[in-house]
Amino acid sequence: MEQPVLQVSNLSVGFSIRSHTTDVVHGVSFDLHRGETLCVVGESGSGKSVTARALMRICRPGRITGGRILLNDASGTVDITALDDNDDRMRAIRGDRIGMVFQEPMSSLSPVHTIGDQITETILLHRDMTDAEARAEAIESLRRVQIPDPETAIDKYSFEFSGGMRQRAMIAMALACQPEILIADEPTTALDVTTQAEILRLLKRLQAELGMAVIFITHDMGVVAEIADRVAVMYHGKLVELGPTRQVFHDPQAAYTKHLIGASSRFSIVGDQDRGGTLPPASPKPLLEVRDLDLTFRKTTGFIRRRTKEFHALKKVSFTLHEGENLGIVGESGSGKTTLVRALVGLLNADGGSAMYRSKDGRSFDLLEPGALRGAGLNREIRMVFQDPFSSLNPRMTVEQIIAEPLILEGRLSRKEIRDKAAYLLNRVGLPQAMLTRYPHAFSGGQRQRISIARSLAVDPRLIIADEATSALDGSIRSQILDLLFDLQTELGLSYVFVGHDLGVVRYFCDRIAVMHKGELVEIDQAARICQQPTKDYTRNLIAAVPGTDPDHRRLIAAE
Amino acid sequence: MSRDQNMTQTDTADFEFEPPTPVAVSGTETQAQLIWRAFRAHKLAMVSMVVLGLFYFVALFAEFLAPNDPHEVNARYTYAPPQEFRLIDRDEDGGWAFRPHVLGYKVEVDQVALRRSFVPDPEKKYYIHLFPKTHETKLWGLFTIDRHLIGVDGRREVLFLMGSDRLGRDLLSRLIYGARITLSIGLAGIFISLLLGVIIGGVSGYYGGIVDNVIQRVIEFIRSIPPIPLWMGFAAALPRDWSALQNYFAITLILSLIGWTELARVVRSRFLSLKSEDYVSAARLDGAGDFRIIWRHMLPAFTSHIIATATLAIPGMILAETALSFLGLGLQSPVISWGVLLQEAQNLRVLADAPWLLFPGAFIVVTILAMNFLGDGLRDAADPYGDTQ
Repeated sequence: MEQPVLQVSNLSVGFSIRSHTTDVVHGVSFDLHRGETLCVVGESGSGKSVTARALMRICRPGRITGGRILLNDASGTVDITALDDNDDRMRAIRGDRIGMVFQEPMSSLSPVHTIGDQITETILLHRDMTDAEARAEAIESLRRVQIPDPETAIDKYSFEFSGGMRQRAMIAMALACQPEILIADEPTTALDVTTQAEILRLLKRLQAELGMAVIFITHDMGVVAEIADRVAVMYHGKLVELGPTRQVFHDPQAAYTKHLIGASSRFSIVGDQDRGGTLPPASPKPLLEVRDLDLTFRKTTGFIRRRTKEFHALKKVSFTLHEGENLGIVGESGSGKTTLVRALVGLLNADGGSAMYRSKDGRSFDLLEPGALRGAGLNREIRMVFQDPFSSLNPRMTVEQIIAEPLILEGRLSRKEIRDKAAYLLNRVGLPQAMLTRYPHAFSGGQRQRISIARSLAVDPRLIIADEATSALDGSIRSQILDLLFDLQTELGLSYVFVGHDLGVVRYFCDRIAVMHKGELVEIDQAARICQQPTKDYTRNLIAAVPGTDPDHRRLIAAE
Repeated sequence: MSRDQNMTQTDTADFEFEPPTPVAVSGTETQAQLIWRAFRAHKLAMVSMVVLGLFYFVALFAEFLAPNDPHEVNARYTYAPPQEFRLIDRDEDGGWAFRPHVLGYKVEVDQVALRRSFVPDPEKKYYIHLFPKTHETKLWGLFTIDRHLIGVDGRREVLFLMGSDRLGRDLLSRLIYGARITLSIGLAGIFISLLLGVIIGGVSGYYGGIVDNVIQRVIEFIRSIPPIPLWMGFAAALPRDWSALQNYFAITLILSLIGWTELARVVRSRFLSLKSEDYVSAARLDGAGDFRIIWRHMLPAFTSHIIATATLAIPGMILAETALSFLGLGLQSPVISWGVLLQEAQNLRVLADAPWLLFPGAFIVVTILAMNFLGDGLRDAADPYGDTQ
């Protein structure tokens, strides 16, 4: 068998916290062969990024505390662990023999240099070329990643590109010197699903063209199923499973892998399971009727000569939500889905249309009237769960204060009753009562989202608007949160408006799905029908871009 | 990193891996505890805090700690150099004892330059006692005390540990009294600035729009005026017949009239960035009113930043007071501040003969540096969540 290009044996990486060093990567070993794609999966904090960075010796402030990394080619073997972080030989390897693509293309490209400058810099560092030759080479590398009109694009700045284009430019930069190994650290996580599909296809094609080995880090099992030849599963800094993709998916050995695959297969968009197996609403009574909701953002600039920039964010959006129903709203970033729900709860002012809500006592209110929510106490019936579990809880308040806040403002219960209710709610969302006195920084993302849910439940709501409530969470935690939401629905008779960009999750959670595109509601229908027989082109493209969950039936990468 | 390591059973309940090593943080520490822990790691700031604590302590008990009456004129000892503080007393026959003392002065006249100078006289030993009965003063203007921390006996004995000035007044005692004005003017000035800054900056940042625009333009205008001529203008406009106390408050007010702009900007920017935080939206959806949102949800998030900024602004106040007094436009004798004391050191010839008159300058430098280090330390410690997010 051919010698692997990269041999990692027993690699450990540690971080120094105050005086002692804690290992975050424990004895990881794997080989990487020419032309293969190795996907490293694991939850955030499992050590996958740190491992990848250690391969390039850019894991500072972390330190390699043990093991060896051998880089082989025809001319011999280099032990990367034996080099210094800033050794000339290490610098020669970086960018030339190992390229890297990062998650956030905006922050990893310099905004003050043109794309061309950044690519030619890499080339000039590693190749003996004149400026003109390097420029020609850079244009070639931009063409390789299918950036249209590379001769003009080379002189543009990163902020003139869209997210997908930026990631292409980033890849062009990493591949400028045609490295033997490409490390891609969650390169598609920040991108929309359609762009993700394009980037994945591009990477696969380039890999075949250049014959390089790819280490692809992701937490999305769908992406793994699409592109991986072999899979490495990391959990708490240890490599718990390593094997060919098919074997890992069909016959996982480690308990964690089984769990991961189980969790991801629930979010498949194929098949006809409905709403995680729970019952759909029996009697469709309308709870919320939105008609012709229109919203334009205006930004006035200039002090003397005032100019107003307009952005039409919502264009005559209409839909109906029934009692006990889960309505999903999907769309790419910028499609207006978050704007829509924020307008419904009164955080943004709509310009036109109506949103008639039928309250508990049977009266009707227009939610778009300014102050409607607060005036009639509807803010207790309609509650919101936010996307980012790290910014939605006040870091200066204890969990008890956070959950109790709506109860205090309601002013109906005594202090003692509020305490008891907060404790009950925390238990209800699956956290021990003892955690009431803690501050949010002591909790993980999933736990914080549970606290957020407890806060929204405090005042006996009827409708919960979840704005990307599970998007920031890792796969397995995501399904636990969704299960919790289902349980609460059965128990309390809730309805949900669930905003998400992950079609699989929305498909799993919702009865009906509304698809949004550039401020318009393109299509709304039963979840299964949207996923299997979309009627609009936009929806069709969106569905086609969703990665599958089965390596035997790849949806994005055609079997070549 | 730590947020993921904090995961406990709930998130991983479905499978039987051992939970990750627990992190030391129990999660029940309040913000103040976290800040204190971060602050303690900042050695320079800790030292500075001790130094400043000492200074403020001295300023607070000036009447008790000053060995002499700062206003007492001693015509015999003008421009007397600092005395050496000796701990061991040696007899003629070689024996010794622990008896702190200073040496008296002997006047020598330089025949060529016809200049009088003081040299220590080994014959005159003035023993220093703890809590001697000397001059009478009123502590904080309330209680009459006649005992002080240290002092010498007898009417003819003098104690000038830092020398004396042109009227033979004890510089150390004057420094101690001056600390009271100089150190408190910074605090009082910052208090007024803070009040103005938080209210105006808060309104500007929270409501935004046209209000914000107007306030920001006004701030820019105020900041564009060169400060020293402005202070001088204000100071010159003060009525001549005002008492020392009135003058003191007037100067404080003048200093804070400019000082608040910086703080208002800081507060405004914090409000702007917090306004878009989801937890503020959440509070609004919970039904909280503007006042509650500001007071309960937003202010606690940056009180620590405000304190740090304020600490960093105090040196500016102190320096401004010193500059004004130095120029003769701020506080006037007989009020004692470090700036007033430095006024004495304006003359180059005097400085050549009596360099100890620069001691107040050294104290200003130490105070300002300590304030800056303390402010830096507070600012670094102010965001205990900085590394977890």
